[in-house]
Amino acid sequence: MHSKIFKGTKSDVIFDIVNTVLLILITLIILYPLYYIVIASVSTPTMVLTGKVTLFPRGFQLESYKRVFSNPDIGRGYFNTILYTSLGTIINLIVTLPAAYSLSRKDLRGKNFIMMIFSFTMFFGGGTIPTFLVVKDLGLYNSFWALLIPSAMSVWNLIICRNFFEGSIPLELYEVSIIDGCTNRKFFIQIALPLSKALIAVMVLFYAVGHWNSYFSALLYLKDSELYPLQMVLRNILISSQPDATLAGMTDRAKFYQEVEMLKYALVIVSSVPVLMLYPFVQKYFVKGVMIGSIKG
Amino acid sequence: MKMTHLSQKNSFKPKKMPFGRYIKNNYDLYIMLLPALAFIIIFAYLPMYGVLMAFQDFNPAQGIAGSPWVGLKHFERFFSIYTAKQIIVNTIVLSLYSIIVSFPFPIILALMLNYSVSKRFGKMVQTVTYIPYFISITVLIGMMNIFFSPNYGIVNTVISALGGTTQTFMSDSSWFRHLYVWSGVWQNMGYSAIVYIAALSSVDPTLYEAATLDGASKLQRMRYIDIPTIMPTCVIMLLLSLGSIMGVGFEKVYLMQNDRNSAISEVISTYVYKVGLLDGRYSFSSAVNLFNSIINFTLLIFVNKVSKKISDISLW
Repeated sequence: MHSKIFKGTKSDVIFDIVNTVLLILITLIILYPLYYIVIASVSTPTMVLTGKVTLFPRGFQLESYKRVFSNPDIGRGYFNTILYTSLGTIINLIVTLPAAYSLSRKDLRGKNFIMMIFSFTMFFGGGTIPTFLVVKDLGLYNSFWALLIPSAMSVWNLIICRNFFEGSIPLELYEVSIIDGCTNRKFFIQIALPLSKALIAVMVLFYAVGHWNSYFSALLYLKDSELYPLQMVLRNILISSQPDATLAGMTDRAKFYQEVEMLKYALVIVSSVPVLMLYPFVQKYFVKGVMIGSIKG
Repeated sequence: MKMTHLSQKNSFKPKKMPFGRYIKNNYDLYIMLLPALAFIIIFAYLPMYGVLMAFQDFNPAQGIAGSPWVGLKHFERFFSIYTAKQIIVNTIVLSLYSIIVSFPFPIILALMLNYSVSKRFGKMVQTVTYIPYFISITVLIGMMNIFFSPNYGIVNTVISALGGTTQTFMSDSSWFRHLYVWSGVWQNMGYSAIVYIAALSSVDPTLYEAATLDGASKLQRMRYIDIPTIMPTCVIMLLLSLGSIMGVGFEKVYLMQNDRNSAISEVISTYVYKVGLLDGRYSFSSAVNLFNSIINFTLLIFVNKVSKKISDISLW
């Protein structure tokens, strides 16, 4: 067995062993914190707080998950985030894909100029306050749309899409179809899009993860906690440790902190699982997408 | 390598069609561009116009057109504040430290994965290393609060079990930079390695065969084949990150800030947010931000020039 995996000269064998050990070490360093949160979330608070939980759950309980799910703030945040993510991603696709296709066409007149308008914004911007004032002037401040419209497109993703279309939808294909009386828009919807499923998967992943994880726009543009996405709720509980409604009325101070701490572990899991579950399905597209962005497609 | 396409010119020159007929056939291409263009004009170019408020005593009721011009007053004020220097230094130190540490790790990981003993094992490790990239900053900092907690965090538990003294990591200003940078390595190493893995996959396999026949060890193949192959990618990635040295992002730093570490953790982006939105000093905040953007932009142009000279790779 041993000789089957590691073969070659002595120095190569040493190289292989060192390499394998290091790769396993990296894997463990990345996985252990995540694993720890999982086992801590189902262990009893005293066991976690006294450092007895290291490799396996101790004193199994699911009470903290019940508390997370019954917390009204978290529930509302979750619901809001699902709405922001799904609607936001649809808007992103509607804005990004047609524009990217158009920019991928070699025969588009003024293409270089239009491209310059887009790419300049990647290097220079007005900044937080002027953008905030634009959002406010448009009447988006503290509204549901504040998290959708100002992030309707990312130029970086537009370029990824354009590169993909340039590489995989040849102009010749279009030229053949005009003979049959096909228009640009018809070609885009009926031929280019169905050929770009991998791209759409990547874009859904990038945009959806972006929406799910973002808190900055909410911090800037929302005042009303009814509109808060999950990440803002998380920030208040995980980082600011503000006492929250479910735990009010608990008299014992030590017990109170224990409960807040317990909530944190379950909360980390509950808020991260949807994104992590999406990942295996689009994994192969993910790598492809990052590469389309970095290498000219 | 990243973004080289921006400099690409149209080599393809179609036969010129009369303009009227071209528009008649292709007007829908422009309609498809319209939402994206409208978006970028409203949310990127309007704010660029709004940045003029840095030279005014801006009053929202009067707008840019009606507010009085004050020249460089806000810039002068910023530089006369004693914390200004501290904030600029904080920003540069944090981002330099971050660049120096987080630059080599993805390259080493990509090289190691390239030599993993089995394809399946390599794929598995690669997949695991991407996971942290999908975790939100909020959750990441939340997890750090948990692990580095002074009372019950597992890090301190281990330290005291080994006989060391426990640390108040998250509220200690001397730990701020280390925690910021190394958690970034943990989160982004796998994702950043993708570019290098892609570059490594372009190595011609006959090179390896020839080298093996000549008796080159794996280490020598890495040294003389792989590293030269990915060198241009490494150079451009490093230059790109140097180009954004003043651009330390807001989100992570802001969440890691507390009263005890603010002397070290205050950077330009968090300062701009605080004086601008929390204190409502719009003009002053915009001036600080503009100063930052101009330095960034200048650096980027400079870095791009250098890159063009030494590696023939350019952003535009």
